[in-house]
Amino acid sequence: MKLYEYLAKGRLKAHGIPVPPGTLCRTPDEVAKALEEICPAAVKAQVLVGGRGKAGGIKFAQNPEEGRKVASEILGMNLKGYTVEQVYVEGKIDVEREFYVSVTVDRNARKPLVMASAHGGVEIEDVEDKYIVRRHVDEAFGMQGYLARDIAAEMGLEGDIARQVAAILQRLYEVFRTEDAELVEINPLVVSGGQVIAADARLNIDDAALFRHKGLPDVEEGTELERRVKEIGLAFVQLDGDIAVMANGAGMAMATLDALQHFGGRPANFLDAGGGASVEPTAQAMGVLVSMKPKAIFVNIFGGITRCDDVANAIVQVKKTQGIPVPLVVRLVGTNEQQGVEILRQEGIEAFREMSEAAKKAVELAGEVR
Amino acid sequence: MAIIINEETRVVVQGMTGNQGSFHTGQMVKYGTNVVAGTSPTKAGQDHEGIPVFASVREAVLERGANASIVFVPAAFAKDAAFEAIEAGCKVVVMIPEHIPVQDSILIVEYAHFHGAKVVGPNTYGLISPGKAKMGIMPNHIYAPGPVGLVARSGTLSYEIAAALTEAGLGQSTAIGMGGDPVVGQVFNDVLHQFEKDPETKACVLVGEIGGSAEEEAAEFIKTMTKPVVAYLAGRAAPPGKRMGHAGAIIERGRGTLESKRKALEAAGVTVVEMPWEVAPAVKKLLG
Repeated sequence: MKLYEYLAKGRLKAHGIPVPPGTLCRTPDEVAKALEEICPAAVKAQVLVGGRGKAGGIKFAQNPEEGRKVASEILGMNLKGYTVEQVYVEGKIDVEREFYVSVTVDRNARKPLVMASAHGGVEIEDVEDKYIVRRHVDEAFGMQGYLARDIAAEMGLEGDIARQVAAILQRLYEVFRTEDAELVEINPLVVSGGQVIAADARLNIDDAALFRHKGLPDVEEGTELERRVKEIGLAFVQLDGDIAVMANGAGMAMATLDALQHFGGRPANFLDAGGGASVEPTAQAMGVLVSMKPKAIFVNIFGGITRCDDVANAIVQVKKTQGIPVPLVVRLVGTNEQQGVEILRQEGIEAFREMSEAAKKAVELAGEVR
Repeated sequence: MAIIINEETRVVVQGMTGNQGSFHTGQMVKYGTNVVAGTSPTKAGQDHEGIPVFASVREAVLERGANASIVFVPAAFAKDAAFEAIEAGCKVVVMIPEHIPVQDSILIVEYAHFHGAKVVGPNTYGLISPGKAKMGIMPNHIYAPGPVGLVARSGTLSYEIAAALTEAGLGQSTAIGMGGDPVVGQVFNDVLHQFEKDPETKACVLVGEIGGSAEEEAAEFIKTMTKPVVAYLAGRAAPPGKRMGHAGAIIERGRGTLESKRKALEAAGVTVVEMPWEVAPAVKKLLG
């Protein structure tokens, strides 16, 4: 889960990393009041989309009245599909130098990876490799002081600035560990009046670790439909095609999309109904697909732990309650296949055995509707 | 032969008396796996389907000679369970649970490394050496003993391909699920090293997917392999920045694309097929 900027900065501050003064506001009046203390200030939309500044989500104010004015422009605006409900009023700082520092998981090395560069302020991808310092940390033992000093030196820093950056690196690693981060990034980390300050920060928390981090505000990510399906507890991604898809298992679901594309079709979604889903969740998943109003629906099941009769019963249940008003192609093999095929046959649905034939048929049927 | 597990492996099931643990213990026993013990925090001292239940893995090792563990406890307790098994001396630890925090997985893998133990998963369907033993949740009937070493990130997709191999008369030496998480104990590279050394394995099948670069790393080793490798990669239709179900299956900032994986594997001499149903025919052709 991505944290809003104000929360990310709050976490850094709690771990002793200097950040500019700032406060969260929900109304223009609150912003005007904040400007009485923090002035001049940047008024920043709290949404989790990139390129906020360019889209008009960050504006500057020299006094409370100006703050009220820009806040009323930003609050309520639609930023790439998200309505701005909160702004962060943050003291403007003079920037002398910009650095980049982050800690993330290197999945191949299976260790935390610290990345740092004296060339900050841009996307790290745009920085030449030779200017990026990369060092792994042993998770079991943590980041030692020498490693932080080494990194600062390799960045080409000296004296007091090097000491401040090294201290920030150790604290940043603490944030990574204690907050169960997938990524914690300060970009830019700036020098302002001799002091090193985190001017912007990103903190993404591992969804699987949220049980250890209660009380975080819910962040709305994904489309409305994606959020709705997430509540049912299924893995779902909306795509831009017109054939709705359900499969069991993430790998199978991906392969199913690939197969549709292979035959010239365009999948409308990714939906993993689970490796061993029973009737109820499967029926809920089917219901979601129908509600998407696709040109066709393709259900691709290899019954291992999943039972084909359960899947068939779920389909029949949706057909009888909600109705399935578009062409439906079902591929059903594996555990309890005979029962499943028979249940569908009684409802006039002929199941396929081969994934390739079924995918081809689904693409054909969607094409006819088109 | 086969890799990692065989008929001599003595399995302890951590969390044996729970729903999943109990069902899959039955399936593993039915398959002929040597399940010698289980653990449960509340049912120690009892028997579960004739298998003794202990309070700790240490007791299962001391009293029943367990040397491999399969973990069915909830994700929040999985790190504790894995450390317990490794510390007690289990040399194979299969981590079934999904949604284990990635930093817990890093620690599990580091700890296993210190103790010379192999961790399979997390978020894996496990592994099976057909005709010998299985530690996992895969269906029993789709496998047959034979010459193909199968390694996949994903469960059901792996079943699909195993079933097609079996139908084509191509049995498996061992089929192993690497796991769908970003950090897992056994990656393609580790598994392929073992298949290369296993005399029973004559060809390998790699089932990869978008995200990370385990396939690219495997390609480096495959260049040195004597055995032929067929690969299928899932996720060509996946858009960047979206997790396709698995925490690990995501194209981030241009990394982990299918194209980069395909190129690396083909440069290493791997037969990369377009669709899952093309795997078995390709293996058949290579084995002649």
